[in-house]
Amino acid sequence: MKEQKLYTLAVLVDNEAGVLSQVSRMFSRKGYNIESLAVGATSDPETSRITIEVICTEDQISLLSLQLQKLYPVHSVKLLDQSNSIRRELVMIKVNTPTSAIRNEIIQISNIFRANIIDVSISTLTIAMIGDESKINGIENILKEFEIIELVRTGYVALERGLQSIYEDTKEKGEFNYGKNVL
Amino acid sequence: MKMTGAQIVMECLLEQGVDTIFGYPGGTILNIYDALYKYSDKIKHILTSHEQGASHAADGYARSTGKVGVCFATSGPGATNLTTGIATAYMDSSPVVFITCNVGESLIGKDSFQEVDITGITMPITKSNFIVRDVDKLADTIREAFAIARSGRPGPVLLDILKNVTAAETEYEPLPREQHYSSGRLAQLMKRASEDFRTPKPNEEDVDKLVQMIYASEKPMIICGGGVVRSRADKELNEFAEKVDAPVAITVMGGGALPGRSPLATGMIGMHGSQASNMAADGCDLLIALGCRFSDRVALDPETFANNAQIVQVDIDRSEINKNVPTDHHIIGDAKVVLKMLNEKLAQQHHAEWKDYVFSFATETEYDENKDKLTPKQVLRTIAEMMPQDTIVSTDVGQHQMWAIQHFHFDYSGQLLTSGGFGTMGFGLGAAIGAKVGNPDKAVIHITGDGSFRMNCNELATEEHYDAPVITFVFNNGTLGMVRQWQSLIYDHRYAATTLDRGPDFVKLAEAYGLKGAHVSTEEELRTAIQEALDSGRGYVVDCIIDLDEMVRPMVEGGKQITDFLVK
Repeated sequence: MKEQKLYTLAVLVDNEAGVLSQVSRMFSRKGYNIESLAVGATSDPETSRITIEVICTEDQISLLSLQLQKLYPVHSVKLLDQSNSIRRELVMIKVNTPTSAIRNEIIQISNIFRANIIDVSISTLTIAMIGDESKINGIENILKEFEIIELVRTGYVALERGLQSIYEDTKEKGEFNYGKNVL
Repeated sequence: MKMTGAQIVMECLLEQGVDTIFGYPGGTILNIYDALYKYSDKIKHILTSHEQGASHAADGYARSTGKVGVCFATSGPGATNLTTGIATAYMDSSPVVFITCNVGESLIGKDSFQEVDITGITMPITKSNFIVRDVDKLADTIREAFAIARSGRPGPVLLDILKNVTAAETEYEPLPREQHYSSGRLAQLMKRASEDFRTPKPNEEDVDKLVQMIYASEKPMIICGGGVVRSRADKELNEFAEKVDAPVAITVMGGGALPGRSPLATGMIGMHGSQASNMAADGCDLLIALGCRFSDRVALDPETFANNAQIVQVDIDRSEINKNVPTDHHIIGDAKVVLKMLNEKLAQQHHAEWKDYVFSFATETEYDENKDKLTPKQVLRTIAEMMPQDTIVSTDVGQHQMWAIQHFHFDYSGQLLTSGGFGTMGFGLGAAIGAKVGNPDKAVIHITGDGSFRMNCNELATEEHYDAPVITFVFNNGTLGMVRQWQSLIYDHRYAATTLDRGPDFVKLAEAYGLKGAHVSTEEELRTAIQEALDSGRGYVVDCIIDLDEMVRPMVEGGKQITDFLVK
């Protein structure tokens, strides 16, 4: 149980000012560093979904999600099973392209990675790509051979595969380890 | 009915049955105080000397009456002065609604005069907090604030209302309290929760499992924490303890739930726990913790705490389970409800041999009373003897607090008001005033030390003005006793900044505030002073001179095994 690993939590919250800071503050309050954080509105404009990744032990992640569930703007907290969920991140990379040879080479690389070129100027190319760690680290490592001017990542978002969703209760004997809030 | 925001605040307080408010006015909250002026026949306002005093008074009122306390303050320094009081209420799960006003919408975010982001500041020390920017949402938000403060594990809630909202007018629809949960935000909260958060229902199988564990146990022990006090489960706890026939230890917050002189009471557990309590925790084979979160002052070393026992935790807050000490079984629910279920299922148990073992250790520390100075136990015994039995006792923090819990013997939930979690020096006098205002028929005493009393003694003015007589007993040893004790035992007698060889003269101080007082250094003088205080029916300060080097005994150092007594 003491083994530390990366956990992904999906947190459904009221779409209101201050809620994100309440949720993220819980992590610093309890002494954890957030590895990745992404937030956006859901299909219901009244709610937002926050995806947070943190490195800790299994006991710690369970305590953390219980603490999060105590916050009133939090509707539900769900620990996403790595093997049964899809995690993706968007990265945008602006690369210096002083010569057309370099520009062509970068276009080829981005084609191999199925990345999109979303902006071009005389001396730069900006590439956008969606992927998981291995893919994003892969393109980043190759482009490091050239000159990266700027790089931005959105942080991971994740969904469970199949029918399961954050709106379901996953209760065992009336306790809701992960899922809908009991307040 | 068209009303201003300020009037709506008053109406919503009346909906909640609030008749007493503690607070301090200022620029931004003027509209509310103006409305209060018009509602003064229905709502009493107690003006304290300092916002911190008001926050502790509202807390003391809540703890002693079981109702929700209400406290007002203005923006900026008014609001930040509340923070120690809010944190105190938060750590001890006391239901208080704090209402502050902020500068108007047009001034927000401009570092205006007396502007502060109090909802940001109080985020980690409130159960929930709100900023009200729209007068149409005001009534709904106040109803939600009260519901949150009192439901489940109680706690403080802060409402920050912008000044323009208190002046704006809107339609106010009266709504009786029973209907609050079926309207507005609360209805939404109820709908999205998978369980009624007002009364979580304990799981029947979990309760049955505990019953079987009790049947299998030969050496059971019960720890009673603040959760039992908050749910006022005295009767249920007494029945449970008798049925299990187990020794019962209290935490600082659990004082009173089981009468202190009960034959099953082993006294306090933990750092200054009695030998009986601490030895029992180490020797038991089943430890039932009721509404107790195993703080570092109880489970000093989580690794070795109750090593020979299966630990069962009963708590209303799921996030407390396994937080500090790993447990073998748990039940989620209100102490009163869980205990009722247990009592119905349990057959009478007998553990004479185990009790004989536990009670072969001292439940209370003895002091040498032949010295020329008063001993702590002597003072507390005399107070307990002379004061009415249901006297409410409020304490500050330090040696006197531990002595009070060790030697006063509390009889019911809400009798002891003390800052157990946050350890707030200066809590006592404000809390005592709040308790007196909420319980005018009961006597209220305030046990303090010379260090703690100096922090917020300005509230003597409040006590005098509102004729809320409190008898203050100062355990005056001319030092910050608890810190000195650590310096003596752990820091090789290096007394850095703990000696209080300075004023004031507490009797003269009392007189300056229009009260009376007396210095006492013998039991006889103490008795005379208490009698005079009781006869006068007014506030009174008894300055009890005790020895500089008197220690709280026993003591186990933090982080050590619970039976590893530094002093016995």
